[in-house]
Amino acid sequence: MPERSRADLLLELADDELILGWRDSEWTGIAPFLEEDVAFSSIAQNEIGHARALYELAATELGTDADALAFDRTPEEYRCALLVQRRLVPDWARTIARHVLYETADAIRIGQLVEHEDAELAGIAAKIEREEVYHRLHAEMWLARLRDEARYADAVEELWPFALGVLEPEQRPALAERLGRPEVEAVERTAPGDEFAALWSEMTTVRRSAPVGAQW
Amino acid sequence: MIWEVFRRERKGQPFVHGGSFHAPDKAFADAYAREFYARRQESVALWIVPRDELTEIGGFPDEFDLKYRRVDGYSIKARLKEARERAGTLPG
Repeated sequence: MPERSRADLLLELADDELILGWRDSEWTGIAPFLEEDVAFSSIAQNEIGHARALYELAATELGTDADALAFDRTPEEYRCALLVQRRLVPDWARTIARHVLYETADAIRIGQLVEHEDAELAGIAAKIEREEVYHRLHAEMWLARLRDEARYADAVEELWPFALGVLEPEQRPALAERLGRPEVEAVERTAPGDEFAALWSEMTTVRRSAPVGAQW
Repeated sequence: MIWEVFRRERKGQPFVHGGSFHAPDKAFADAYAREFYARRQESVALWIVPRDELTEIGGFPDEFDLKYRRVDGYSIKARLKEARERAGTLPG
């Protein structure tokens, strides 16, 4: 497998964060209770903030801007993992299962990126990590509450191959070990999944409705 | 379960009541308190306490208007004026 370029790596990460942020924000206003609504919406907003920082770094390399990368690509051009594309509203147990799986996987790759020889990548990873600490705290408290529920166990079972697909093959054993689960065949980042087209259409509606180059 | 929040805005300042929220246990309360009262750097420290753990005491009688016991003490301004009038030493 050829080495990914830096821009490819950034776009994968940014797309994961943008789409997860988008999916999590679908809970705004309808989360199980008010405090959680505020907290989960804030996490969603953070993820989108991370996406923006990553897109900006990629954009300087690709000669474009963050908005164009986030909203002007065709659905086929997105590289996000299939885990983050799934529409899980109104299933809170599956949402939390994804949250726990994603945050655990993300901690592994961000942890490696913090050590990266590229100072810009390492710097942005360190900034992201400072917010992800809070996301993991949030995921862990929900995990402690739901781990003995059958619906939660079923959700983790279902999403586990998707979670492995968030990481590169060589990072997957670490994820399996952290979560005490067997390494199975991962759902790889391929062409966007079925649910992505509808998400993309909604996500880019405003952008596409305005003339090219509109300022907000 | 309702939690009360006291926040310290800057180092060296006292904790002041900031509000309250619902959370099922301490782990959730910890996360929500950070989220609602600290993540935008609006506090440097928080105290969170279950409302049931607080003891409110109130209703303090002051039947004989013993205001000399209060920290604000007497207001001597009016009395001083009266005394000066009697003595004919009112200034101005």
